[in-house]
Amino acid sequence: MTAVLLARGLAKSFGAVVAAADLDLELRANEIHAVIGPNGAGKTTLLGLLAGELRPDAGRIVLAGRDITPLPVHARAALGLGRTFQVSSVLPSFTVLENVAIAVQARAGSSFRFLRAAETDESLNGPARSSLDKVGLGALADRPASTLAHGERRLLELAMALVQRPRVLLLDEPLAGVAPAEAEQLLALLESLRSEMGILLVEHDMDAVFRLADRVTVLVHGRVIASGAPAEVRRDPAVRSAYLGEDDEGAFDDRTDQLRVTGRASFRR
Amino acid sequence: MTARPRQRSRPAARAEAILASAVFTAIAALLVIADFLDQPFYLKLLTRALVLALAALALDLAVGIAGLVSLGHAAFLGVGAYVIGISAEHGMTNGWVQWPLAVAAAASAALVVGGLSLRTRGVQFIMITLAFGQMFFYLANSLSRYGGDDGLTIWTRSQFGTWLSLSDRRTLAWLSLSILLAAYLFLRKLRWSRFGRVLRAAKENERRMAALGFAVGRFRLVAFVISGALTGLAGVLLANLTEFVAPAYLSWHRSGELLAMVVLGGLGTLHGAVLGAFVFVLLEEVLARLTTHWALLFGPFLVLVVLAGRGGLVGLVQRIDAPR
Repeated sequence: MTAVLLARGLAKSFGAVVAAADLDLELRANEIHAVIGPNGAGKTTLLGLLAGELRPDAGRIVLAGRDITPLPVHARAALGLGRTFQVSSVLPSFTVLENVAIAVQARAGSSFRFLRAAETDESLNGPARSSLDKVGLGALADRPASTLAHGERRLLELAMALVQRPRVLLLDEPLAGVAPAEAEQLLALLESLRSEMGILLVEHDMDAVFRLADRVTVLVHGRVIASGAPAEVRRDPAVRSAYLGEDDEGAFDDRTDQLRVTGRASFRR
Repeated sequence: MTARPRQRSRPAARAEAILASAVFTAIAALLVIADFLDQPFYLKLLTRALVLALAALALDLAVGIAGLVSLGHAAFLGVGAYVIGISAEHGMTNGWVQWPLAVAAAASAALVVGGLSLRTRGVQFIMITLAFGQMFFYLANSLSRYGGDDGLTIWTRSQFGTWLSLSDRRTLAWLSLSILLAAYLFLRKLRWSRFGRVLRAAKENERRMAALGFAVGRFRLVAFVISGALTGLAGVLLANLTEFVAPAYLSWHRSGELLAMVVLGGLGTLHGAVLGAFVFVLLEEVLARLTTHWALLFGPFLVLVVLAGRGGLVGLVQRIDAPR
């Protein structure tokens, strides 16, 4: 298995706070790789470093064999790095369809066109519609994005990321605040995307993590304390003590709800 | 698929087209009336409004559509005007050479100013464009060979051969209106094009656009250059109208006035900028006749429109048209 996204020796500090220290990570093609860790472990920092919004103090990031460490966000995106945000990030005053059509336009690489109307351009709207159908938002195509429910916005972000046909998809807590019924739909969708790309998933919902992930990496204070198959990681004593602060057997599942709640409260920008 | 999705609903697009046509028809009617009454003073006033409307329209592309609040656009107006003045001073009055040269100079100035200013955002962007504007202002002041702070009289207007004489006030007025209309139609197309959509989307959520792979800065720079070039064209017309150029053309008051016209008419609406420029110029004229303290009346009026009519005059008209 080849790595589509590779991070080596990443380091990032904010003043005295170490958000990443000598961090190694490997995302293979066609895998779902979950990154978990307690609040403040540096998960969002890691995504920021990978996407290019933050500059690492040290280390290297390689996307499909190419060193992307010096590249800005848009250049990384153009090379196939898609993402969704912790707080859904869409274009609220544009219609749902236009949100996705703009993503198609980014991929089509022909945005220096000054005269022809974009919103009736079928070469953009066609792929946009099929992506919306794929995530189940086809019926809402004409609605302004601002009128969508929280879970629907998550799906819209995903539809936008999908038309980019990314090699790597970074998902920052895609399930946060999503109703159970919609969560189920989202999980099934993510499952189906595995065959098309590598997915790096930061998520607090442990049920989802252990259901979806092929591998799990555990971060604590910016360091990787364990990485491997979900079952191994679950058994790892270092994980149990560091992540959960106790080692009796049933604790992992009992605590998930609480973890989820605290996870949402913090980390907001 | 049956329904064509559009961001602009059909009625909204139609209302916009009706209002825009009304604005341009009214302007044309004013020109005809001034001409019919044989009032050269009013014809000149209207042409001045047309020229400033072109500059305001260009500024609306930067401010209203691309979200780049520039307080230095008078510099591009001045560059366009000065190229006409300086080339005429050297005996080069051929419009076919002068005009492209002036527009290219303004575009280059916008490329430099925009390229450097776009490294900043928000208030810093306003301040740095203001600073660049002042640099051009003092540069014009220092051109002692071309009149320094006294300005430079243009003895010959741009020549376009026998079939188009700018010495005729009417010709200049109708030419200005034609150019304004063409610029308006171009920018309206541009706003709804792929390029314009990137600008509008980046104004709303820059982070998302970067994550989608758009080099947002590049699009903004192109918009800024187009805006600067059109403002330079307004400067070309202004120089031909007044037969004079002076550093005052580049003062930051002028930049502020252009911004006020855009906001007065309604940001990002394009025809609003045209309407705003006309209301601004004509009201200023009327109030100045009533009292020497006209600014005391004009200031509150601006404040009222901006506060009462979010969306400026255009927003006001739309709300009267379709009360909710």
